[in-house]
Amino acid sequence: MSGGVVLQGLQTVLAVLAAPLLTGWTNQCRARLQGRRPPPLWQSYRVLHKLFLKETVLAKEASPLFQATPYVVFSCMVLAAGIVPMLANDLPFSPVADVIALVGIFALARVFLALAAMDVGTAFGTLGARREMLVAFLAEPALLMVFFTVSLISHSTQLPLMVHVLAHRKFAIYPSLAFAGVAFWMVSVAENARIPVDNPTTHLELTMIHEAMILEYSGRYLALIEWSVALKLFVYSALGIALFVPWGIAPVGDEAALPLALLALVAKMAVGGLVLAVLETLNAKMRLFRVPEFLGTAFLLAVLGMLIHFLLES
Amino acid sequence: MSEITGYQPVAMVWGGVLCWLALALLAIPLRAHKRWLLAGFPLAALTGLWVAAVGVAGLLLPASAQIVPVGFPGLPVHLRLDALSGFFLLLLGMGAFGVSVYARGYFQHMEIGELARLAIWYPAFLAAMTLVLLANDAYAFMVAWELMALSSYFLVTSDYRVEEIRKAGFLYLLMAHIGAVALLLCFGVLQGNGHTGDAAFTFSAMRHGVLTPTQASLAFLFALIGFGAKAGLVPLHVWLPEAHPAAPSPVSALMSGVMLKMALYGLLRVGFDLLSVRQEWWGVLVLVLGLMTALYGVIFAAVQSDIKRLLAWSSIENIGLIFTGLGLAIIFSVEGKSGLAALALTAVLYHALNHALFKSLLFVGTGSVLHASGTRLMSGLGGLMRKMPWTGWLMLLGVLAIAGLPPLNGFVSEWLLLQAFLFTPGLDLHYLNMMLPVATASVALVIALAAYVMVKFYGVVFLGQPRNPALKHAHEADIWQRMGMLWLASACVLLGLLPSAVIVLISPAVQQVAGRVLTNDGGWLVLAPMDAARASYAPLPFWLATLAVLLLVYGLVRFRYTGRVRRSAAWQCGFPAVTARMQDSAEGFGQPIQHIFSSFMQVDRQYPQPQDRTPHYASVSIDQWWHFLYLPIVAATNWLSQQTARLQHGRIQWYLTYSFITLLVLLVFVQ
Repeated sequence: MSGGVVLQGLQTVLAVLAAPLLTGWTNQCRARLQGRRPPPLWQSYRVLHKLFLKETVLAKEASPLFQATPYVVFSCMVLAAGIVPMLANDLPFSPVADVIALVGIFALARVFLALAAMDVGTAFGTLGARREMLVAFLAEPALLMVFFTVSLISHSTQLPLMVHVLAHRKFAIYPSLAFAGVAFWMVSVAENARIPVDNPTTHLELTMIHEAMILEYSGRYLALIEWSVALKLFVYSALGIALFVPWGIAPVGDEAALPLALLALVAKMAVGGLVLAVLETLNAKMRLFRVPEFLGTAFLLAVLGMLIHFLLES
Repeated sequence: MSEITGYQPVAMVWGGVLCWLALALLAIPLRAHKRWLLAGFPLAALTGLWVAAVGVAGLLLPASAQIVPVGFPGLPVHLRLDALSGFFLLLLGMGAFGVSVYARGYFQHMEIGELARLAIWYPAFLAAMTLVLLANDAYAFMVAWELMALSSYFLVTSDYRVEEIRKAGFLYLLMAHIGAVALLLCFGVLQGNGHTGDAAFTFSAMRHGVLTPTQASLAFLFALIGFGAKAGLVPLHVWLPEAHPAAPSPVSALMSGVMLKMALYGLLRVGFDLLSVRQEWWGVLVLVLGLMTALYGVIFAAVQSDIKRLLAWSSIENIGLIFTGLGLAIIFSVEGKSGLAALALTAVLYHALNHALFKSLLFVGTGSVLHASGTRLMSGLGGLMRKMPWTGWLMLLGVLAIAGLPPLNGFVSEWLLLQAFLFTPGLDLHYLNMMLPVATASVALVIALAAYVMVKFYGVVFLGQPRNPALKHAHEADIWQRMGMLWLASACVLLGLLPSAVIVLISPAVQQVAGRVLTNDGGWLVLAPMDAARASYAPLPFWLATLAVLLLVYGLVRFRYTGRVRRSAAWQCGFPAVTARMQDSAEGFGQPIQHIFSSFMQVDRQYPQPQDRTPHYASVSIDQWWHFLYLPIVAATNWLSQQTARLQHGRIQWYLTYSFITLLVLLVFVQ
């Protein structure tokens, strides 16, 4: 148990610290693919450091809710990182929240961010909040459906148990998992504000979603939000790895497997970041009203996965 | 379950009922004395606390019954307090306490005539709901039910000078009576066998009655129509978005938070207690109706621009979720999976209790907003967080709770409901196995959309800049109002943090209905229905961990980076001269929903003229049921009455002929 607590703390801290690295890696890959000279890998850390040191400018109208939101969002992401198995399956904190609660944690962070965006009362803030909630209400059910499909296979909504069952089953093709995996990819693209749903580097007023919400933030508040965005991408990637390619995550009580688990995690994250960069290079951002179609497809795929599970696998 | 007849907890409720009735009667002679009338509301609140306490006693003690010889000779009133009514008494008492404390502050600026009407009918309404929960025979039940409908009608129309309010009241009264007729028919089917005389109308006789499956189904369908009309089940929901905005806010809070749950109580009483055998298709029907209601409600909530109307539609959504769970419970109990039925029922009762608290909170909060700003329209609100910090923060709790976000109470019940859906595989009916994933998906969609609605509600009303310069003079709610809201908000927090304790508390009611309790595998800290390996959720450690991380991050950031914070004008991408009018309006925020779900609604748009200097765009989404169901019925009724009018000529010979023909026909039948 005490080993579990140490592992838990270690893994969470690792996720928090390593998250900007994944963003940096993805940016680097994308720059290479687009024929630009890539920024260094630790560029995201530099940006965070710079933002933390800068003076913070707050709008006159900003209420305490606006100031509290970056902290709330960041804490939510840290908590989410604490319950997703990344290195080891032995997480004493994980019974606190199962996978449905995980969706709830993400939703809590999102609602706070949307409310903060409406707080100052600028045109862009409310626009961003509305679009973000639009994407969210389409993506969240799809995400839940993905988790439900997987939980029907594993008979549990507890992430460590899900990973345990999925990693130790006999190797067989689960068509439902394939559908769920595709749907999960689409949802994570939308939830993390990546191309083709949103563009994290855009500041073109008409198209931005996430960036529009955080326009009024600066200094350390902006740093916290940027860090939580990186952490969110990291947690989503870890989640995808845990559910769809769980091999390598150290089982309970097996400390010897940890170095290998770390290696596997780094390798999988690197591949994931590369694939994300490739897809972002190949695709263009879609019109806002194409987004419901995109996420509707994800939702449909996830529901299909669940139906297929009932038809073929149960 | 044994029934005590000597010492009776049921008699303790009498204290509450008599108190409320006395307050109502005392208000008649005191109707000119504002101070006395206002003093009635704190007393009503205390009585609510007493009723809640008796409700807990009802949950913990064995059932007790009493026969009170009032009413018509030979028709005494049968009363009974068991775990199910105990649970709903608790819900009623908790809601009534918070709302009544609030009402003391809210009503004090009201003109005396309206205040007197409210002071008379408000306690009567509470007493009627208590009697509904206690009634143990069809007579008493119907009398209490009608008293509830009438008293709430008078409360809705307390400001009867406004034509819109009179119309809303009439619609409500009409729907209430269609429901009451269905209920009469339901009890008629239930009584007709075994017993004769006045004993046939008691619930204990109905429990032992033997019904054919057809009769049972008929009774259930009548009950579903009758209670569905009260609960606002689609398509019988039309009165809700009209009556709730028309009523004064504390009354809307009671009607939405508490009275809708009386319909749930009634359906549970008839479906699980009076009818001994259920059929699977009832469950499927309730499930489908519930899902339809939830989806329809939340979509329409998203496109409203009147705050109380938005909340009314959101009540329809929540009732839909509750009935979805109920349908699932019926399916499970018919299939003999009593453990799962207990899980679904726990979710249902938990959500009913939650909804009573957060919806009351939101309705009374909008009352304070209405007082402060004088408008219910979102286009004239905004930025109230700064003027009314108490209301703002307490409402934030309510909004987060109703949006189903951890660690508040709405999340717990929705989590339980989703868990109940996840346990469904392996039902005997195969088409159900196929249907339930789609149902699960719809529930997930409804929950996600509810968050959209609530961000819109809170963001437009409390955040941003005031959309109306008059809002500069908005004032904070007074101490009574704040205390009432504080009570409701703290209950939301407590119910969110201690789900295991709440589940133990409501387990006698679940036991009584489902025949089993929901076993919690996680101890008092962790909520783990049935099996800790399947799913668990522990809000208290969750909350503490969030708080710890939050403080840690705050401390680290503030300690490490001591850069100052400068206040300046909002940046807004460098655009100068941006006004409050450029924020999203309620219509704007709802536009994506209107666009995506355009097939559900008919939209009436008003575009500004090109030369208009202060252009305003407005859109009203019209409920399609009006066109498909209600207006045709109105047209048919009109046509029928016109045809009947042809018989009327005003000539005496024709009327004599009618009498003669009637006589002949009757003679034929008598022969």
